Amino acid sequence: MAKCWHLLLSNSWLLGFDRAMGREPQQVSYTVEQLVSVNPYNPDILTELENYVNEQVSSQTYSLDANLCLLRLYQFDPTRLSIAIVVRILIKALMAMPAPDFSLCLFLIPEPVQADEQIKTLIVLSHYLETARFRQFWDEAAKNHSLLEVVPANVDGYIANHLGLVSIKEELNNVEMTVIQLSYGHFSGAGFEQAIQAYAIHVLSLSYQKVPRPVLAETINIEGLSLDKFIEYHVANSGWVLEKGTGRSQLIVLPRNEFNHPGLKKNSSDGMPFEHITRIFPVLS
Amino acid sequence: MANSYDYDDASFDSRYARPPSSGQGGGAAAELIYDPNFVPDSVKTFVVHLYRHIREKNVYEIHQMYEGSFQRLSDRMFRENPWPSVEAIAPYVDNDHVFCLLYREMWFRHVYARLAPTGQQRVESWDNYCSLFGVVLHGVVSMQLPNQWLWDMVDEFVYQFQSYCQYRAKLKNKTEEELQLLRQYDQAWNVYGVLNYLQALVEKSAIVDILEREKDGLEQFTATDGYDYEGGTSNVLKMLGYYSMIGLLRVHCLLGDYHTGLKCLGPIDISQQGVYMIVIGSHISIIYHYGFANLMLRRYVEAIREFNKILLYILKYKQYHQKSPQYDQILKKNEQMYALLAICLSLCPQSNIIEENVNIQLRDKYNEKMTKMLRYDDEAYAVYDELFTYACPKFITPSAPVLEESLINYNQDAYRLQLKLFLYEVKQQQSLSGLRSFLKLYSAISIGKLAAYMEVDESTMRTILLAYKHKMHSVDSDGKIIPNADIDFYISEDIIHVVESKPTKHYGDYFLRQVLKFEEMISELDRVKLD
Repeated sequence: MAKCWHLLLSNSWLLGFDRAMGREPQQVSYTVEQLVSVNPYNPDILTELENYVNEQVSSQTYSLDANLCLLRLYQFDPTRLSIAIVVRILIKALMAMPAPDFSLCLFLIPEPVQADEQIKTLIVLSHYLETARFRQFWDEAAKNHSLLEVVPANVDGYIANHLGLVSIKEELNNVEMTVIQLSYGHFSGAGFEQAIQAYAIHVLSLSYQKVPRPVLAETINIEGLSLDKFIEYHVANSGWVLEKGTGRSQLIVLPRNEFNHPGLKKNSSDGMPFEHITRIFPVLS
Repeated sequence: MANSYDYDDASFDSRYARPPSSGQGGGAAAELIYDPNFVPDSVKTFVVHLYRHIREKNVYEIHQMYEGSFQRLSDRMFRENPWPSVEAIAPYVDNDHVFCLLYREMWFRHVYARLAPTGQQRVESWDNYCSLFGVVLHGVVSMQLPNQWLWDMVDEFVYQFQSYCQYRAKLKNKTEEELQLLRQYDQAWNVYGVLNYLQALVEKSAIVDILEREKDGLEQFTATDGYDYEGGTSNVLKMLGYYSMIGLLRVHCLLGDYHTGLKCLGPIDISQQGVYMIVIGSHISIIYHYGFANLMLRRYVEAIREFNKILLYILKYKQYHQKSPQYDQILKKNEQMYALLAICLSLCPQSNIIEENVNIQLRDKYNEKMTKMLRYDDEAYAVYDELFTYACPKFITPSAPVLEESLINYNQDAYRLQLKLFLYEVKQQQSLSGLRSFLKLYSAISIGKLAAYMEVDESTMRTILLAYKHKMHSVDSDGKIIPNADIDFYISEDIIHVVESKPTKHYGDYFLRQVLKFEEMISELDRVKLD
């Protein structure tokens, strides 16, 4: 019985491959990304990929390819599947919205595993986000705080979102304190929160030229003073403009783009890459 | 729900519409008459000539024999029996190791196509592929083979893998003997092996580099159809590498990993002419899987565009393939792609993006069903279910079966998961169809009024509007946002302003193709000498 395919996996084959390609055989260890692109169908890299998921969570990075590779390996050998890791992959995928990464991961997760309580919760959260039911989403997310706590905050982003807290504290105590010391307790889950807020703003930017303040508030789950500071930050950095709407309501004018301003729609779809035109040069000459 | 889904290809290969006349029990009876060591004269001549043509690198003759003689002999003499065993014909071909591997590959393919392969035969076929690919990967092959044959090898390899996964997932009625075989040969057709062989072929052939260098004009590949007319170096590894990229796309689709599948196809530019178009089977396979993957990724316009092009192509050229053994498969994939096109257009209606002839065919087959799907009631989901089931790839469960516990059939699990997730997506888009029909009637309307018409409150109305925007804008592989809808809008405080997008016909592309086509015609005419 030919077990020759095993040879394809061993390092010696990789070394032999290097030699065959005329390269000096590398004794270096391959990075995870390299492994995923060069040798992805290899059960031996499973542990490394799991560690990589944890690394992505703690260091605010993300790699869809590596995570899909791991989910595939779980599919090939279901005995090695770790629910905890799958949950983390799904949370990271949710944070990647509007990209369809969450669905892509679900396609690879067997039905019995999807029946797990935590994963069911994440599917519900994804459903709310996909159908733009932001109010229901934030309600449900609040109820499942511990599940989402695995993702630590992005400190700078947090400062941007909650400048209000910092400045108030400074006034009261007249002491210079860093945000970290003041509000460490609020950090857990804030990385996730920010990612979803970014998605929410993305959808609003696709749809609205001018969005009423209450709508913005509900979509990103920020109210009152924090919302004021949030808007202030984006007015200063993202080109938002404040306007008076009908009645005494506040309107936020979002930056113009091709999706909320028909005039800006580029008719680039009939453009062609230059290489294609070069193919008829011999004809034209 | 899954009644029409026929996974049971143990009875016959659904790719060929000729079931064995001997039926299920025919195998045992036929064996009494079949003598694997008897070599009829016609077979003797066949192998001797084929062997000679291969040694002389006469690709044209090889192709004639491979497509023509092999099919004719199979039709005439081997309708119900396998060809003579490789041991019997080996003496006529100098016991050439590589030729024997090639013969065996054709032998097994014949068994799969016309008979029902036994568990033992499935395992032996895997063994043969390992040896054959092993030889090719070691770079010791010097022959040139027709592209059709090389494509068939990869196509068949993936097909037999898919078939084996189905076979070993149906444990309920297996005999003890069959179960013992599964236990003993647990490495046969394992998913790691299959993927690693395809990957190895891609890498060892350096096909990605070749395609890159070709763009800079440093390599002749597409221009010579992959052959080396002057140097005579082997095209086998190169072409197997090329076709393996399509093989990888296909396997990943079978696993449900659409993103990686598309990535594997990356080096092939389907917007341009290429080697993938030479063999119609590879052309159809690429577009079918590419379109399906894009459908699952919600890139509806991209899927529609590609389906449209290939369906038009098939409409024009299928008459030339009527005699070929792939004809039935071409027709089957054609029908499946119309079904997928119907699904795409129901989820994401477009105007004027389909060629007229294709549209006529589509309306002919699916007009009623498409109207039903747009209604989003219970009947609509049944139609989506039906079409998806008919048109989807035969998804597989790649893990090895657990043979100690209760023996059940789980071959439909993978399909059921993909179907469920697809219908879930359809359900999420339920309100969008209603919204679209209202938007078509207005150039501007207040949120309040529209909410009243759609019988929802204002807050829900805003939610539906946002959901429409999100679902109708897909994210491509580079992270760019691509609009898909033909009806769009923007909201200013409380007023919705409707924007109808003009369909973009790719005139530039069209003219380019026509210019090149006419240039070719002119130069051909120039070559004609009139006496």
